[in-house]
Order: sequence, then structure tokens, then C-alpha cells
Amino acid sequence: MATMSMVQAINSALDITMERDQNVLCLGEDVGYFGGVFRCTAGLQEKYGQHRVLDTPIAEAGIIAAAIGMGVNGLRPVAEIQFADYIYPAFDQIVSELARLRYRSGGEFFAPVTVRAPCGGGIRGGQTHSQSPEGIFTHVCGLKVIMPSNPYDAKGLLISSIEDDDPIIFFEPKRCYNGPFYGDPHQQAVSWAGHPKGEVPEVYYTIPIGEAAIVRPGSEVTVLTYGTMVHVAEAAIEKSGIDAELIDLRTLLPLDIDAIVESLQKTHRCVVIHEATRTSGYGAELIADIQEECFWFLEAPIVRVTGWDTPYPHAFEWHYFPGQERIIEAMKSTLET
Amino acid sequence: MKELTNEILNNLYVCMVRIRLFEENAGKLQENGKIPGALHMYVGEEAIAAGVMAHLSDQDQITSTHRGHGHLLAKGGEMDKMYAELFGKVTGYNKGKGGSMHISNLEVGMLGANGIVGAGLPIAVGAAFSNKFRKTDRVAIAFFGDGASNEGAFHEAANLAAVLKLPVVFVCENNGYGEFTPQAQHQAITDVADRAAGYGMPGVVVDGMEVIAVYEAAGEAIDRARKGEGPTLLECKTYRFYDHSGVRGMGFNYRTEAEVERWKKRDPLDLFKQHLLDQELMTEADAAALADSIRQEVEAAIEFAENSPDPDLSTLLEDVYTN
Repeated sequence: MATMSMVQAINSALDITMERDQNVLCLGEDVGYFGGVFRCTAGLQEKYGQHRVLDTPIAEAGIIAAAIGMGVNGLRPVAEIQFADYIYPAFDQIVSELARLRYRSGGEFFAPVTVRAPCGGGIRGGQTHSQSPEGIFTHVCGLKVIMPSNPYDAKGLLISSIEDDDPIIFFEPKRCYNGPFYGDPHQQAVSWAGHPKGEVPEVYYTIPIGEAAIVRPGSEVTVLTYGTMVHVAEAAIEKSGIDAELIDLRTLLPLDIDAIVESLQKTHRCVVIHEATRTSGYGAELIADIQEECFWFLEAPIVRVTGWDTPYPHAFEWHYFPGQERIIEAMKSTLET
Repeated sequence: MKELTNEILNNLYVCMVRIRLFEENAGKLQENGKIPGALHMYVGEEAIAAGVMAHLSDQDQITSTHRGHGHLLAKGGEMDKMYAELFGKVTGYNKGKGGSMHISNLEVGMLGANGIVGAGLPIAVGAAFSNKFRKTDRVAIAFFGDGASNEGAFHEAANLAAVLKLPVVFVCENNGYGEFTPQAQHQAITDVADRAAGYGMPGVVVDGMEVIAVYEAAGEAIDRARKGEGPTLLECKTYRFYDHSGVRGMGFNYRTEAEVERWKKRDPLDLFKQHLLDQELMTEADAAALADSIRQEVEAAIEFAENSPDPDLSTLLEDVYTN
């Protein structure tokens, strides 16, 4: 077992899958010669050659479309969109082509493409380097949408994604690339060393797509979240003294509804947290699902803690970012009902 | 390039007549309300699909456009499964789930008609990449229109193909209209092929109503691609005899009768037939017999499609994900 950052864990997943399967290749902006702006593909072009770690023009639609053409012919491309905020030029190719090829061809062909995209804020990136667009993609049938919160999950889920025959949007919360973030920007940044999920096997392993993880068992309220907010929520629960059950969804589509229902049967209360903006966000879907499955044993309205409905603000970053205080307040409000 | 033998000439003609009769009958079926939804028909543009596809095997792949029936037919598509797809029948190429604008068949190398203008171009680039990656001499062809050459996807595809020197040919079917807007109002150039220079690839203009001209120009471009010399932008000047969608479309007068008639005087089928007659490679009787046999093929295919079952409702949710 080695201590790995999320960057190293992702690099390891790519390295292992490329080693095991000659059809796996990486493409994207600066991924080859330079090794990726976040270093996730560092060293891979040297090891596997330019034809398997492909530097592309800054042209996101072209990157995704090319990956589709490769995937149809049996390759397993891993396309990096350098920041999730840059994914919109490729939106048409993802939604109208990648997600729908299998259906419209009557199941004759498909493209097993994994799209990696660093997402989320808390890095002073402003409105075009901080977004969390997962809810836009969970709306698209045909896609699977994943967001790990730690190195161990990132590696196992990325390997599963690359091996999966369905197209995957794999969001990487970049605030946690080099260490867990607990929501307080004034605290010294910590690395993954010493965190249990920073212990990552160097060998091949997978984590099944579609399975949530219970980060902390509890009895009073279920807290559902994913990505960076898992760590913020964990710290908030610790600080509050509330016996909350914290679930890291890990896969957003398909959703592990069974894990949620099981938890709600125990706690009867629920707080949903995400960093993305509120209106029509992924939390809305979660709450609708819970309402359908758990209505008769809920004892309080479900509460959402989210980013505000604004572009990611430069000046007000830490007001926008759902911090520990807002989470504690939300948990208390459900307990008081 | 394959030498233009009498056999190839004959195949080109057969291909064009098959497309023409398929489309004429599809148009009638749509007007009679038997085929649901929009059909963008290829009548008038047959020389391009025939001339390009004559150089391809099933392993070479194409991406197509809204106007894709002709491409699939020329690529080896069978009429019965095609009509069945247009009807939305389970026996269609895509179990009825694609329809006219999304018809595809991987077996013959047709990656799909596409209801999104320009979307197929960069997908063809990816297909071409996989050919090079696997060290084959297979090529990919992206068909698109003058309208699509204004889409970002065109420019991203052209640049990527050129910089990676991929075995792809971009075939522009310039029919003078981006949907309903004349070319002069949607771009400030006359020749889409001029855009090739901006990406460092050859741009070639050819008369898209002359199948032999298309055959020869496409052959050069495809040979170049197979030899690893990179992409070509081949522009074929053509015209759609039917409306953008449907035979008579919505009946708006956005182009003059005189313009349509002028182009119809250069009907690619008539021009080629006359050539074959002049060269004594075919007689009027041969042409009539051929048309008869293809009419029978069409009738049988339509009968097959009409008598085929609808897909079972239980399959509605199938094929969204891996089963």
C-alpha cells in the first residue's frame, strides 16, 4: 500500500489500464508532452508513446467527437477536458452523439468513452474554472456520472469507468486533488498522507459503479453528498456532535437508491449537500427520489445546502462555498422539526 | 485509384438509379402519410454518394448528414431494412429507434445519418484515427453540406485531421443552401474548398452532377488518405431537386422555379445516362430493364417494411445502457 494523492491515484489508474489493454488511450489538451495541467497524465506519453497519449488542439467538441469515432471502432479513449468549465463546447457531442449512439443504432454500436473533467471551486478560479456541472449531465440518459471524493475511490472508480462499455462523465473535485478539504480556507492545507483513503494499492482494483459508501454511520439524520463536500460535511458533523450518517454517493447516475432508503429507514431525516448551484441542481433529483421512496417514513422536510444561484463569485468565494456552518444549521433544522 | 472500367461505370449507374428510385418512393410514402416524420431526400445529389463510395470497402467508414439515405444505399445498405427503419419497424436497421435522420449500419461502415448539422465530421476524424492507430489502410469519409462548414465542429475536425495527418476525406455536398438560406447569405465565400487552405490540406472543387468527375477526384483524395498523406477537403457542387425536407417541403418560395429547372437540366442521372448511351456502354432498352428491376426491388422492400411488426413496447427502455 502506498500513500497517493488523488492526482497520483488517477495517474495510477490510467497507467494500469493502459498497461493491461492496448486499446486504452488518453487524449486532451496538454495531456501528453506536458503531462496535464494537474499532472494526472504525467509520464504516460513517455511510457506509452504519442499515439496512445495524444496532445490535441484546444477544441473540446473535436476531442469528444474524435473519442467517439475511436470508441466505435473498439478503442477505449479517456478524454480529458482540462476544466469541467470547458466542457460546454463539447456538450452537443456528449449529449446528442456519445450518450445516444447505442439507442439510436438499436444497440448495434456504442462508444466506451470516459470523459475526465476536474470540477469544483474553492481554488479562487472564478466563474470559468470552478463549476460543478454534474447535474447537467445526470439529466442525460445514456451517460453514467461519477464523482469520487478521495484517492482510493478515484482509482477504483476510474478503472471501472474505463472498462465500462457505457460513456462515463468522471468528475474530479480538484480542490481535493492534493488533500482533503474541510471547508475552511484559512486552515493549513493538508495532504492525503495519514487519511485512510489516501492509502491506495499500487495494483489493479475496481470499485463498482453505482455503489454509495457510508463514510460515517449514524442514527439522527442522513447526510447525502459527494466530491469535496464529503469532507466538509464530515468535519461539520464532527463539530456539531450530531450523530449523522454520512453517505458519499460516489456515482450520481445510476444512483444507489437502496443505500439511501436503508439509511432513511433508520434516521427518517435527510440533508442533501452539493457545491453546484441550487435550482434544478442534482439535489433536486435526489430529493424527488427520496420523496418517492421514503415519504411515509420521513419525519422532517429534506433540506438542501448548495452553492447560491450565482456564477461562481471571485470576491465571495467563501460565501458561495457551502461551509461547515451552513451544514450544521441544516442538520439542526431537520432535527428541530 | 481503381481504373474506371465498364464494370465500375455500370455499378455507378446502378447505384444512382437505386438511390433515385428509393427516394422517389420514400417521398411518395411520406406524402401519403405512411412514413412518419421528416425525410431529407438525396434526389439530385446521387452522383456524389455513388462516385465516392465506389472507392470504399465495408471496412472504410462514413459519417453522414440529415440527407443520409443515398449515402447508406451507396455504402451497401439494403432497401428493405432501410424502408423498415423509416417506417419505424423492428426489422429496420436500428430496430426502428433511429429513423431517417439517424439511420446507421456498422456492418457496411455507415456510422450514421445525423440530425445535428456538422456533428459527424469530428466523429469521422476519430474513426480515421483508429484506422491509423491500428496501422490499417482504411479511410473515413465525412459527408457534410455548405451549411455545416460554418459549424465549429467542421473547423475542429479539419484542424485535428490535418495536424494528426489522418486518413479522412471531408466531402462537402454544396447544394447552395444551408437549410433554406442561400449560400451567399450564410458565408462570404463561393468555394467551401477555400477553407482547406486554413488547415493545411488540399481543397478540391468538382462538379457534383458529373459522377465520373466525382469518382476521379474522390479517388485521388482517398488514395492520398490511404497512403498516409493526410486529409483532403473535396467540395462537390450540387443541388437538391426536392425541398430541404420532404418533396415539396412547406411550399415556401425561397428559391425560384427557374433556378430549380436550370439545375434539373443538369440532372446527374440524365447526364450520366447520356454519357453511357453515347459511349455505347448501355442501350435505352438496358436502362429500361435496369429501372424495372430496381422498381421491383423497391416494391418488395416497401412491402417488407409495411408488413413488418412494430417494435414491442417492452423494448422502449432497452439500449440506453449496456444490458
